Amino acid sequence: MNSEQQYIDLYNEASGMLKRHAAEALNAVRDRAFADFKAQGFPTRKVERYKYTDIPALFAPDYGLNLNRLEIPLNPYDTFKCDVPNLSTSLYFVVNDSFYNKMLPQAGLPEGVIVDSLGHVATQKPGLIAEYYARIADTREDAVTALNTMFAQDGLFVYVPKHVKIDRAIQVINILRADVDLMVNRRVLIVMEQGAEAKFLFCDHAADNRKFLSTQVIEAYVAENASLELNCLEETHLKNTRLSNVYIEQQANSRVNHNVITLHNGVTRNRLDLVLKGEGAECHCNGCVVADKEQHVDNNTLIDHQAPHCTSNELYKYVLDDNAVGAFAGRVLVRQEAQKTISQETNQNLCATKTAHMYTQPMLEIYADDVKCAHGSTVGQLNDAAMFYMQQRGISKKEAKLLLEFAFINEVIDKMELEPLRDRLHHLVEKRFRGELDKCEGCDLCK
Amino acid sequence: MAEKEKNEFVKQVAEKKYEFGFTTDVQTDIIEKGLNEDVVRLISHKKGEPEWLLDFRLKAYEYWSHLKQPTWGHVHLPEIDYQAISYYADPLAKKPKNKEIDPELEKTFDKLGIPLEERLALSGTAVDAIMDSVSVKTTFKEKLREKGIIFCSIGEAVKEHSDLVKEYLGSVVPYRDNYFAALNSAVFSDGSFVYIPKGVRCPMELSSYFRINARNTGQFERTLIVAEDDSYVSYLEGCTAPMRDENQLHAAIVEIIVKDNAEVKYSTVQNWYPGDEQGKGGVLNLVTKRGDLRGVNSKLSWTQVETGSAITWKYPSCILRGDNAVAEFYSVAVTNHYQEADTGTKMIHMGKNTKSTIISKGISAGHSQNSYRGLVRATPHADNARNYSSCDSLLLGSNCGAHTFPYMDIHNDTAVVEHEATTSKISEDQLFYCNQRGIPTEQAVGLIVNGYAKEVLNKLPMEFAVEAQKLLSVSLEGTVG
Repeated sequence: MNSEQQYIDLYNEASGMLKRHAAEALNAVRDRAFADFKAQGFPTRKVERYKYTDIPALFAPDYGLNLNRLEIPLNPYDTFKCDVPNLSTSLYFVVNDSFYNKMLPQAGLPEGVIVDSLGHVATQKPGLIAEYYARIADTREDAVTALNTMFAQDGLFVYVPKHVKIDRAIQVINILRADVDLMVNRRVLIVMEQGAEAKFLFCDHAADNRKFLSTQVIEAYVAENASLELNCLEETHLKNTRLSNVYIEQQANSRVNHNVITLHNGVTRNRLDLVLKGEGAECHCNGCVVADKEQHVDNNTLIDHQAPHCTSNELYKYVLDDNAVGAFAGRVLVRQEAQKTISQETNQNLCATKTAHMYTQPMLEIYADDVKCAHGSTVGQLNDAAMFYMQQRGISKKEAKLLLEFAFINEVIDKMELEPLRDRLHHLVEKRFRGELDKCEGCDLCK
Repeated sequence: MAEKEKNEFVKQVAEKKYEFGFTTDVQTDIIEKGLNEDVVRLISHKKGEPEWLLDFRLKAYEYWSHLKQPTWGHVHLPEIDYQAISYYADPLAKKPKNKEIDPELEKTFDKLGIPLEERLALSGTAVDAIMDSVSVKTTFKEKLREKGIIFCSIGEAVKEHSDLVKEYLGSVVPYRDNYFAALNSAVFSDGSFVYIPKGVRCPMELSSYFRINARNTGQFERTLIVAEDDSYVSYLEGCTAPMRDENQLHAAIVEIIVKDNAEVKYSTVQNWYPGDEQGKGGVLNLVTKRGDLRGVNSKLSWTQVETGSAITWKYPSCILRGDNAVAEFYSVAVTNHYQEADTGTKMIHMGKNTKSTIISKGISAGHSQNSYRGLVRATPHADNARNYSSCDSLLLGSNCGAHTFPYMDIHNDTAVVEHEATTSKISEDQLFYCNQRGIPTEQAVGLIVNGYAKEVLNKLPMEFAVEAQKLLSVSLEGTVG
């Protein structure tokens, strides 16, 4: 049987129940997404954007789905302790795909800001959700997005009104918790009105040593002069599969800083589609991957320059050890109208073993003539001369290697704007390289 | 430059005709249009081929007939009607008696600047001149034979050196390789065969000149170069075609085998008819070129200047199988009007300490699309593989596109692979500097473009470099606005 067939059958059988447990605004696009999913099937590796991750194989196993919205007995405040020192955040939890709405933080968010359950807001303010939901996450073009749209019932909704600046970062902990192998379809919708500013930190954790398959679709609308910082940190385990599709639409003079950090995972595919729609928009997309064992990390990005005078910067760095597989495919598309574009794309990788594989594909597609675009990509090892220099000065080989790897990755971490997060990441990455304890102290997650 | 003057100049150049667009009025024996098993048998029969080659063709045809034309390239390849093409055209069939070559043909090649009389030829270059499906003449054959070098058309080689051809044909590009390779394997006509024996340094440049003349035919040449241990050869390839309103198909295969310590230099100046300024007509250039560096310390270098063809879709590649093998790829691809090019290379590192260099320069003007697509793969055994790639694109005009699609698959921790690419237009500062010193804009552009392409042009043999430089300026004049 094709992998997609079980999901088609499931939808046919359970769509009634699915819709009963979800808001009307989310149900409105469900059937359309189903039709798109049926028409496409899962992308095979012959599809250019899925060349490096075998999607049908990931969906083949039998996963449970919590379509009935059974409550999960978990108090995340008991189990989770984030010890990012000095990081004062407004903390929210999403357990599997449900927004945890008990004990919401009394953090004084500025007036008009909404951080709530997507399902809940969709019932309360269906007009607001209908305006944005599933608009840029095109279900015709990506079967994983289509599948997510078919099954998504809840997730996170954030709304920042005009000219409101949220100083405190919003931290969202995605916890995977189940006693059976589980599939989770999470949805995030972020709407930033003109001149709004917000910073987010999404952390993915798995509380149980189960096989999880999570699909996530994030849609972010960034209006004129707005500024959005989106940090996604994944620290799960080898049995976890994560397919995250992020869609961002930027209007004139807006600014987006998107950082994705993968430290522990099983199979991860991050897709980023960022459209620069208004003049003078600017985006910085960075990625940092430290992988060993059987980890598989595939970052696939598309930066679509549709307006003049926009700037895009991409920097992705990978350190691969053991049998890890890394892939980076970044496409920068400069349309004919997008004159005076400045774009820089860099991908640098370190392979530490013979069995680690790296695939890289930095692509430029340019239809405008007055542009400055460049990309660079390297795969290599640590500099012998630098290693020798340090050993000569009494630093052990192991330590020298660590120092160099650390310096290599630091370039990405230093691009992140949240200072406490940077400090914490320095710490986490160092521990990661040393193969030491990798979870936050005092926290029961991530077994 | 004043706007009016500039427009005038652009107009002049736009009206400039493709220089080699004439046709030769020679009686040509063309077989019926269409492709089926009988046609394959007929071609084989006409060329008097042995049984094993007919089998090879039939297998290829059988395989091809189950395939679909690929669509993944960044080109708008029209749906080709393979039944509307004639697969064999022989301009020699009706030659006047007691003459080696029809005087018309000789005149044609003279006009193209390829004299077939040895005394007139450029010193130091042996030529295999091929029109449509047949090799017209190969010069300096005898002189080369003294050294043991075989340089003849592949048709001749099949008859006279059957064992050699049988051993190597299809060993680098098997007929199952891709759609156009299968098609070529089924219907290939003439091309050159080069065999350099052990320890021989070929004393002159070898070259083939390909010309499509007959209407509604395609050219499916096949070139096979074998360089034995410690040998050296430099091989040049040039091509032109008449101006026709319909697209002409050119699907060739080039196979190169390089053994221990041998070196092969393969240079191409491709100037097929690019179609008119409306994008009508032109040659569809769909070629599979591959070199197999089987020996230790072997070396292969591809140099190409691509200025012609409506569509160019090819990736001259290297398989670096032998330890310490060195491969190079230098390319200048120029597209103007509605031309489209999707070209680049593949470097497959398999041996230890192998090294490859890729330098690609794309220049796009008019409404053209120019893409670089390349693959660098280091297999698990390719210890210390080293690659450096640099792809620069120059955009002249706001309606053209320049794209880069590099693929890197690294499976070895000791491999060092670097890729960098830039895309930009000619800098205003450079133009201003030239203008200020009394150099008019169009000359300044020529100067800058030539400087930009110099890194590649320098790699061409001298005669070719001069031609290529001229070609470059003709292809690009008037594109700056």
